Amino acid sequence: MTSTSTLSSMRRLVEQLKLEASVERIKVSQAAAELQQYCLQNAGKDALLVGVPTGSNPFREPRSCSIGQDVVLVLGLDLGLD
Amino acid sequence: MRSPLIPEMATQEVQLNETLAHLKSESESLKSKLEEERAKLHDVELHQVAEKVEGLGQFVMKTRRTLKGHGNKVLCMDWCKDKRRIVSSSQDGKVIVWDAFTTNKEHAVTMPCTWVMACAYAPSGCAVACGGLDNKCSVYPLSLDKNENLAAKKKSVAMHTNYLSACSFTNSDMQILTSSGDGTCALWDVESGQLLQSFHGHAADVLCLDLAPSETGNTFVSGGCDKKANVWDMRSGQCIQSFETHESDINSVRYYPSGDAFASGSDDATCRLYDLRADREVAIYSKESIIFGVSSVDFSLSGRLLFGGYNDYTINVWDVLKGTRVSILFGHENRVSTLRVSPDGTAFSTGSWDHTLRIWA
Repeated sequence: MTSTSTLSSMRRLVEQLKLEASVERIKVSQAAAELQQYCLQNAGKDALLVGVPTGSNPFREPRSCSIGQDVVLVLGLDLGLD
Repeated sequence: MRSPLIPEMATQEVQLNETLAHLKSESESLKSKLEEERAKLHDVELHQVAEKVEGLGQFVMKTRRTLKGHGNKVLCMDWCKDKRRIVSSSQDGKVIVWDAFTTNKEHAVTMPCTWVMACAYAPSGCAVACGGLDNKCSVYPLSLDKNENLAAKKKSVAMHTNYLSACSFTNSDMQILTSSGDGTCALWDVESGQLLQSFHGHAADVLCLDLAPSETGNTFVSGGCDKKANVWDMRSGQCIQSFETHESDINSVRYYPSGDAFASGSDDATCRLYDLRADREVAIYSKESIIFGVSSVDFSLSGRLLFGGYNDYTINVWDVLKGTRVSILFGHENRVSTLRVSPDGTAFSTGSWDHTLRIWA
């Protein structure tokens, strides 16, 4: 016997498909052009893409001489502070 | 019972079957109409549009920090908005907060379950959320006092009926979005633990999710074992767009920085780019030599680079516009399970089944 739950889930599927079919779409050529434009406009700020001036990427510095905070933490351990 | 005893029941069953058959054919014709409409606008490929763009030079990216301390596979990680702290979770049940600059561990929590598959940093930097095989998502406020037992202040927020696969705070510390092996996603109020909205539509485990950049509005994308990537309206709970071109589980989804597209990584060894306004897949990032699944993907700040962590222990770096691979990074000694670019794009972090996390720049 066909269950009514199969029926209601089929109805929901049809409604969902109608919703998805009604989405407003633009051409790939336009969408692609805008993705490209975003990339090019923001390329200058993208450190992983263009690199940054030496010294301004904290991860490219060796950690032993990076920041004062490192020294504070080390002192804390040495003095046995808990 | 083959033949009903009462004639009315026989008529009812026939009617039900007819309606079902009618609905089935309607859904088939809607599906083909959807494909037709999408195909009409497919006038060019992304890499063709990008032909005139200058190619990318050689990349010098290497491991700058290695975070050691987990006792088993690292499953998930997330950056703090301060661009230096990281939270990571592991199969060993531990959740650790690290200072990525110094590699120091700042906090550690032991969860009551193993396989902590999801973790996230709160936007304020004052709390972390995590969960996994316990089917829950819990929030731990981070104390400035390193001796304080974080587990004491734990707040259980989300309850699913299967494992928690991913979690993310929304724009504030007040709401969390979760995805689960139970096939649903859900939005929760952190303070009360109340379920605010649930998202049904995946036919199998949901493995990943990502929130649209705040400027784009209240949507998020999820990916699952049903090979589908679904885009959801957070307020209504409705699935507004659905994409099914992958050939296997989708392990990771991530929005393009403008919010107009998203990338996915799958067990089918490909990464793909879907444009939301064209409503279709616009690029596939693959090579015949790459046969292992992608566990995690993320974009560089401008969206030009797509980083993929793979099950063959490597990271492949793709030129998003041209569709070509620009670099392959080695270092991990087992699967890369998680990958995130830092909030200001100066580095990216990976977590691996080799128990470590690495920071690359």
